[in-house]
Amino acid sequence: MKRFLLFLPLLVAVVIGVVLFAGIGRDPTKLESALIGKPVPEFSLPDLHNPDAMLDQSLFRGRVTLLNVWGTWCPACRDEHDDLIWLAEEKGVTIIGLNYKDNREDALVWLDRLGDPYRDIIYDPRGTLGFDLGVYGAPETFVIDAGGIVRYRHVGVINEAVWEQALQPVINELQGNG
Amino acid sequence: MYPELGQLALILALLLAVLLSVVPLTGSLTGRDNLQAFARPLAAGMFVFVGLAFAVLTHAFVTDDFSVAYVANNSNSMLPWYFKFSAVWGGHEGSLLLWIFMLSGWTLAVAIFSRRLPSVMISQVLSVLGMVSVGFLLFIVVTSNPFDRLLPNVPADGADLNPLLQDLGLIIHPPMLYMGYVGFAIAFAFAIAALINGRLDAAWARWSRPWTTVAWAFLSLGIALGSWWAYYELGWGGWWFWDPVENASLLPWLSGTALMHSLAVTEKRGVFKSWTVLLAIVTFVLSLLGTFLVRSGVLTSVHAFASDPERGTFLLALLAVTVIGSLALYAFRAPVVHVRSRYGSLSREIFLLLNNVLLVSATLLVAVGTLYPLVLDYLELGKLSIGEPFFNLTFSPLAVATGLLLGAGIFSRWKKTDGGWLARKLLWPLAVSVIASTVVVTGYGGFRPWAFLGVFAAMWVTVATFWDLWDKSSSRKGRIHGLRRQSRSYYGMVLGHLGLAITMAGATVVSNYGIERDVRMVPGDVAIVGDYQFVFKDIGERRGANFTAQYGSFDVMLDGEPIAELHPEKRQYSVGMSVMTEADIDAGLFRDIFVAIGERISDDAWAIRLQYKPLVRWLWLGALFMAAGGFLAISDRRYRIRERAEEKAGTGSPVTDAGSARPAGAVS
Repeated sequence: MKRFLLFLPLLVAVVIGVVLFAGIGRDPTKLESALIGKPVPEFSLPDLHNPDAMLDQSLFRGRVTLLNVWGTWCPACRDEHDDLIWLAEEKGVTIIGLNYKDNREDALVWLDRLGDPYRDIIYDPRGTLGFDLGVYGAPETFVIDAGGIVRYRHVGVINEAVWEQALQPVINELQGNG
Repeated sequence: MYPELGQLALILALLLAVLLSVVPLTGSLTGRDNLQAFARPLAAGMFVFVGLAFAVLTHAFVTDDFSVAYVANNSNSMLPWYFKFSAVWGGHEGSLLLWIFMLSGWTLAVAIFSRRLPSVMISQVLSVLGMVSVGFLLFIVVTSNPFDRLLPNVPADGADLNPLLQDLGLIIHPPMLYMGYVGFAIAFAFAIAALINGRLDAAWARWSRPWTTVAWAFLSLGIALGSWWAYYELGWGGWWFWDPVENASLLPWLSGTALMHSLAVTEKRGVFKSWTVLLAIVTFVLSLLGTFLVRSGVLTSVHAFASDPERGTFLLALLAVTVIGSLALYAFRAPVVHVRSRYGSLSREIFLLLNNVLLVSATLLVAVGTLYPLVLDYLELGKLSIGEPFFNLTFSPLAVATGLLLGAGIFSRWKKTDGGWLARKLLWPLAVSVIASTVVVTGYGGFRPWAFLGVFAAMWVTVATFWDLWDKSSSRKGRIHGLRRQSRSYYGMVLGHLGLAITMAGATVVSNYGIERDVRMVPGDVAIVGDYQFVFKDIGERRGANFTAQYGSFDVMLDGEPIAELHPEKRQYSVGMSVMTEADIDAGLFRDIFVAIGERISDDAWAIRLQYKPLVRWLWLGALFMAAGGFLAISDRRYRIRERAEEKAGTGSPVTDAGSARPAGAVS
């Protein structure tokens, strides 16, 4: 009976382990979006840099863009930030930022410190557009075609491998067709 | 060619570690002395080869060998030499190597300073350390080789060390922290060895104690350095953010503190054995979690794990083997306690038990607060953020309770303490603490319940500690003689407890009475924070070794008298194009004045952060006291005398209870 108590730590550890392991099996980066093939939801939100200017879905018209969801509270966004700068500067990709559930001061300090890869940044402190997009957690990135239609969704950090294997083919195809 | 030699050295160290984990253990289980005799030479050999690998990597950094991928990613030819040196542990691979280097160093130290241990014990302890080394050497050789080359396209220059890490505090912070983490591996190895040969006795506890205390002292220093660094380098004047990385280092510290006290009870009174062993295992597991899950990024982001599945899986496997293996051994071998109460319901044992309950609750609390959002995230049950409010609300009461208990516990006796006697004993310290805390709190500008409780707890610990010292040192031959008669381990305890009180006082006062103001200023403006006036004189530019900086000049005045001139900076690092805020601080024992410049708002207007931080230095001063206490305690005579006595006797047999000859009641 007493011996049983000594097994408790082992049992607890095994249970925690199983639960965690079950979680790892699910790859959070493979999430289909219900929005694929549909236009970007309508919105009207302020510009991060300029509180008086309002942005809306016409932002995505005219060329293939990446919509990147980020926030200063999100450490993984820090990880991908340098890669976004690389995409914007070296690959000439147009990136639009969605500053998600964040506050303006923090976000501006962040951009000031780390550089700004975004053409425009939508300021969405309450996460309304994020909700409409079905954002599961930052960082997330959507590929949007020149007609403003969502074509691809990537959950998780963007790096060189993700770019080469997932995003670039989609973008090349869209640009080839357009 | 050198990098290949480094890799070869790591592989050889791995082979030696495999031998170390098998040969002496086999010898100890089959009773063959010739196999046990291999333990010390193998430990030494492992140290030599790991040291060689570390030296090779350091050499690659110092000579700017950018053909080594790890060097190219973490260094730059423009870095000053001391940062090139510290860049060795600036990334994942190198910090892993540093960890292994320290582990082999600790292993060697155990081999050297354990001549008084029976050879069966030392063989098993070194074997267990060998097993831990095998795990990590395999990890580094298979998944994180720091000597990987970038051939044939050698980059012309490196990508630079993360500017956040280009700082004196960060040169010594990781080694200190790792000394602590790795030191707990020794306590773990002793626990496992004791479980294997079924000898969980006072001798085992006594051998584990100095190692645990040293590890704890290093960890205290490491955490304090990290906090100090965050305070002046991150630029926002916070000293503890309850973020997962910090919590990961706090977890083994909390459980290590519990372990230290529980070992004392096990040594002195022979009780709590199973509990102590469990704590030793848990503390080491938390250290593992602390080092590597932080490094691998799992704690900060689930996605980081997915981005490098090989390392993540390996780490999890390593952790699983450690946890399941040691806990299974524990389940089968730990002694079942026979209900035979050898201590009264009011005794030093009970006070230390309560201390353990509080510390373990705090550990659980921090663990849950840190891991719960991650677990939810893993299971895709949504995102949730447990932030500072949760920790402040729940951790503070535990800290205060620990302090209150400590003050009373100091006076308690082993076995049985008379309640009435204890109550009378506590009356005066209570009165003194209440009055002193009231004075302090009023002096800082007003009574607040939490501020008062925190200051009171700190005051209470201090008064009780000195009161006890006064009691103990009374002697017919005079006070000085009485003071000198106390053991170093007793003074170690006094310092440790005073350190806790100092840290608690600092944390309470700075959180409750500190002032922070974010203002918009143009040169010429004056801002007022508390009693201080800040004059923003002008803004200038300067060049550093590998950065350019804009700096502001501020005059700080108190009642019209200038007391300091501060020059906070915004640095632009040329290689990575990153921008860093360098705050400037006028530091003092009783208050810091802190100025940082933020972003430029318009042509000549800047966002400026001004802060008045009373007693903020006490946070780290307290940690210094605690660490000093730890080091003092292990220099106690009893650890040295016994060694000499045994050498004379010429036997390796364990001494049973020589430690009880010390003055009664000292827990160190």
